[in-house]
Amino acid sequence: MKILVPVKRVVDPNIKARVKADGTGVETANLKMAINPFCEIAVEQAVRMKEEGGVDEIVVVSIGVTQCTETIRTALAMGADRGILVETTLEMQPLAVAKILKLIAEKEKPDLVIVGKQAIDDDCNQTGQMLSALLGWPQATFVSKIAVAGDHADITREVDGGLEKLTVKLPAVMTTDLRLNEPRYVTLPNIMKSKKKPLENVKADTLGIDIAPRLTTLNVKEPPQRGAGVKLADVAELVNKLKNEAKVI
Amino acid sequence: MSTYAAPLRDMQFVMKELVGLADITAMPDCAEVTSDLVDAVLDEAGRFAAEVLEPLNRGGDTHGAQCADGKVSSAPGFKAAYEQFVTGGWNGLSGESDFGGQGLPHVVAMPVQEMWNSANMAFCLCPMLTSGVLEALKLCGSPSQKQLFMPRLTAGTWSGTMNLTEPQAGSDLAAVRTRAILEGDHYRIHGTKIFITWGEHDMAENIIHLVLARKPDAPDGVKGISLFIVPKFLINTDGSLGERNDVKCVSIEHKLGIHASPTCVMSYGDAAGAIGYQVGEENRGLEYMFIMMNHARLAVGLEGVAIAERAYQHAREYARTRVQGRAIGQKAGERVTIIHHPDVRRMLLSMKAQTEAMRALAYTASAALDKSKHHPDDKERRRNQALVDFLIPIVKGWCTEQCVEIASTGVQIHGGMGFVEETGAAQYLRDARITTIYEGTTGIQAADLVGRKVGYEKGATAFAVLGDMRKLVAELALSANAEVRGLGSHMEQAVESLARATQWVVDTFPKDPNAVAAVSVPFLKLWGTVAGGWQMARAALIADAGLTAGADDADFYRAKIATAKFYSDHILQNSSAQSFEVCNGASSVIGFHDAQF
Repeated sequence: MKILVPVKRVVDPNIKARVKADGTGVETANLKMAINPFCEIAVEQAVRMKEEGGVDEIVVVSIGVTQCTETIRTALAMGADRGILVETTLEMQPLAVAKILKLIAEKEKPDLVIVGKQAIDDDCNQTGQMLSALLGWPQATFVSKIAVAGDHADITREVDGGLEKLTVKLPAVMTTDLRLNEPRYVTLPNIMKSKKKPLENVKADTLGIDIAPRLTTLNVKEPPQRGAGVKLADVAELVNKLKNEAKVI
Repeated sequence: MSTYAAPLRDMQFVMKELVGLADITAMPDCAEVTSDLVDAVLDEAGRFAAEVLEPLNRGGDTHGAQCADGKVSSAPGFKAAYEQFVTGGWNGLSGESDFGGQGLPHVVAMPVQEMWNSANMAFCLCPMLTSGVLEALKLCGSPSQKQLFMPRLTAGTWSGTMNLTEPQAGSDLAAVRTRAILEGDHYRIHGTKIFITWGEHDMAENIIHLVLARKPDAPDGVKGISLFIVPKFLINTDGSLGERNDVKCVSIEHKLGIHASPTCVMSYGDAAGAIGYQVGEENRGLEYMFIMMNHARLAVGLEGVAIAERAYQHAREYARTRVQGRAIGQKAGERVTIIHHPDVRRMLLSMKAQTEAMRALAYTASAALDKSKHHPDDKERRRNQALVDFLIPIVKGWCTEQCVEIASTGVQIHGGMGFVEETGAAQYLRDARITTIYEGTTGIQAADLVGRKVGYEKGATAFAVLGDMRKLVAELALSANAEVRGLGSHMEQAVESLARATQWVVDTFPKDPNAVAAVSVPFLKLWGTVAGGWQMARAALIADAGLTAGADDADFYRAKIATAKFYSDHILQNSSAQSFEVCNGASSVIGFHDAQF
């Protein structure tokens, strides 16, 4: 089988993001960038499935600026086979990403698309679901376990009340939850080898689809600073404050 | 507590803009090493350092390696981390590709090794010694020895050690007494070796000891010492591990620092004699050791950079969070974090500026090492060989001496809490302290510098480097940026101080080597101080050009120029005092009588 894994380039999760002074977004200039952690889990899953047998090829795709090739190379170093960069300088929103991925999925004909459930920059949690709808394929979101069996997959997904087990027919779109796996450390020989793996560059504006942003960002603000705490005399005072100040009970 | 983050931006700046990675990768054998590949390697190595190695550093210090019944257990977590290190293929970073290594140039290995040493120096000593053994085998091993030992040493499933020192033979290796007696196709080794780093441990399947020993008919002194391979487990003809050899760890030392690195007393031949195999020709052991010592000395100089960087990050974090007192002149209002106090800022800056200068000089030396091996032009290869030979004692001696001072400043910034172990600042100082001692003390480095590297060649390489420095002074004077021009005038004075002292050494060495020896360490430090200033001024020029060209990383470049200015105002100024000490200080040392002590 063949697995398609989209990967997103985001600000390194270990770095403290700052809001731009003019409030138009998050400062990304000269920040260390990395593969989105949920996408990394998706790549890891695909690589593990390949190592266990039954997967012939893993194709990773990233959409964005030229530097997204670094993100693709990371996935190739983890064990993916081939990369596609859909190059654009436009701001990419989930619908546009899903439309592009639909085109690629139709061309590549994967049996499975594994998508990170959300990206840590915009936290949209929409792309996988939109892609499934556009393709007309089944979806399994927030999966923490995948077992492929013939023309279907048995999955476990994390829901509010606990775990839900489902069977989905393939081809399908799945989105990864945090506990699906723990991504490996990339080995040095694999970093070296990743340089030799094929990486195709496609310009987004040659695809003939409308990927213009649909949403307008009005303003981005830092969360309010946490104020100093106060010491309370007794439980009664706490209850009073929760009721009248915080208004939570 | 701070967490380590690899200073990727500065490392990339030094590699790509200051040292010229492109020159290295343009050479034959290095072409695969593209700039984005280097970024990917650095990223992942930094992650390994921060997530795997660093969390073990404190426990390694408090628990240490333990020795019982000749068996050494590594500190908690080390064995698993080493396995990850080997699985990740990191041990083969700059290893020969014929034996499974990745063959990356030294200039790429430097930042990677710096990160690992910053995160956990005690851990890194194990792979560092292994690479020393690999270097020796590459240099003088027979084809069958290479085939047998190098693949697994390159992978790291086997580790290596260097056995030079004996109780009576420290800096003076002529006194080596360990014996090697021929028996069929091998030798039987008897003797005791001390200070054997990672001499015994539980992280690798086998340990390959390189041992200096004397044959019965060998001449006295340094010309009678041969080099032998003594594996912990003998190796069967099919390559599998066989019997335990007659070598064991008697005890491990209780040390000031690097507690997680077992420093072993090794006993060879308590029973029938340890089986050993001669490496290279007989009686040339010490010569071989000195060739690979060059690499080891560069690696120890880099440890100095690494610990200095780690101590700086630790102190910076504390200075940013510790609230104490009000800003000077403020009688009321908010108390401030101590980074706002001018004296703390000065201390932090002295740490940062010197660390950056040390990094720049160490990486420059490693680039010269790469060029000495791979440059297509024979003349360039020889020029770079002379340069790296000249720079190595300076990098080793100066970077480690400064590192001790920097780590000590780190403790100072923490105040009383720095003296308390639980803040972690003290560990860097304790770990740093060995770096000025092993692989040749600072005194030995200085003796090498004034003797082999300056005196014997009448200062040829030294004056060539001074020539480069003078060219830089001329360039700085032409800068449109007043701050950069200011660096130029300071640099000019420093270069002339250095030239005077170098001339004094060249003139005095043939007639009064004692006098030169008396001021050799100040001479080494002077070279370090000015060479550091040279690199910082070069960095400022490049940063200024970057700013003029409108580079989008303006903050980094502005900070680089400001750091160079601090170095120029505060550190480089020591050069005039050091130069005075070199040119005038010998007589008060030589003239002092034994009885007056």
